[in-house]
Amino acid sequence: MIYLQLFWSFFQIGLFSFGGGMAAMPLIQNQVVVLHGWLSLTEFTDLITISEMTPGPIAVNSATFVGTRIAGMGGALVSTLGCILPSCFIVLLLAWLYSRYNEMVVIRGVLAGLRPTVVALILSAGLSILVLSFWGTDGFTGNVTSIDFIAIALFAAGLFLLRRFKLNPILIMLGSGVIGGTCYLLI
Amino acid sequence: MEKNLKNYFKLFKSMFFLSASTFGGGYVIIPLMKKKFVDELEWLKEEEMLNMAAIAQSSPGAMAVNASILVGWRMMDLSGALVAIVGTALPPFIILSVISLFYAAFRDNAVVSAVLKGMMAGVCAVIFDVVFIMGGNIIKAKKWLPILIMAGTFAVYFFLHIKIIYIILFCGTLGALVSLHDKRTGKEHI
Repeated sequence: MIYLQLFWSFFQIGLFSFGGGMAAMPLIQNQVVVLHGWLSLTEFTDLITISEMTPGPIAVNSATFVGTRIAGMGGALVSTLGCILPSCFIVLLLAWLYSRYNEMVVIRGVLAGLRPTVVALILSAGLSILVLSFWGTDGFTGNVTSIDFIAIALFAAGLFLLRRFKLNPILIMLGSGVIGGTCYLLI
Repeated sequence: MEKNLKNYFKLFKSMFFLSASTFGGGYVIIPLMKKKFVDELEWLKEEEMLNMAAIAQSSPGAMAVNASILVGWRMMDLSGALVAIVGTALPPFIILSVISLFYAAFRDNAVVSAVLKGMMAGVCAVIFDVVFIMGGNIIKAKKWLPILIMAGTFAVYFFLHIKIIYIILFCGTLGALVSLHDKRTGKEHI
């Protein structure tokens, strides 16, 4: 039963994540954190951090991580299979269509319609992680004392370095881990 | 291409090492694949690779997996596609299996926990950087429909919690219809 649930969740993630890179992140969060509660938001954020620092697509990384934690090696296998299977059919179907028609107005239209959608979904997922990072697991409050100022400083500095100097994201995460970790341990 | 053990192994090995060296996933895989399959092994022409990249990008799912399916299929049909998929999925599968086995034990450690807490702020910066780049491109294009879709999606998902699948189906269909209409009328709404 759990195998089927894992398979079906990751099948949907594989089927609906258009746009590559981070596009799968909001879908994974939706399935894994919101709908099934397989990971807490903190664990999910750790997973995204790990995914960004290790090779491989976020979806495959997540499938393996969630699958292993929920149902061991078998869980990892069915989850990974689930997230890859839709790609197999659709990519070959598109290749066939492309070889016949060479022009794909409809598909380009679908992608054009989804590009702004994906940005908004990534922003939404990013905001929930930001709230977790700044206010902790209790969520957003107006209370100033519950704000984590170290996290805000790390976020601001990281974003500045990424935007201004286009530093490698892995460096930003390692840097914030080392600097932030030191601050949290000392304070 | 001849379906012999040597070629299968070559395909597997190429995909395995390509996958193992693309950090964060995404488009990085395409230039690496071009280097391997077009320049080095001369299995594909550059134009074929570009077409495959376009198709991989248009399909849902991970870019690296999509591209490897196409290359594998082109070289050795179904068996080639399967070998390519296994080669691509194996490195992240192995690495994340190992990490998830140790994760629970590591997470409770005070030092690891503090470092991960710091990294959380860093990963937020990375996510918002992606949003600024992608969102900036949409706003700079100055077409009102995509900007409206972006704002509308955010509103209905973040505040009204409409199901993500419905939003994707709706916006994908909308994009297809508008682009068909645009083609007929010669306009560019999207």
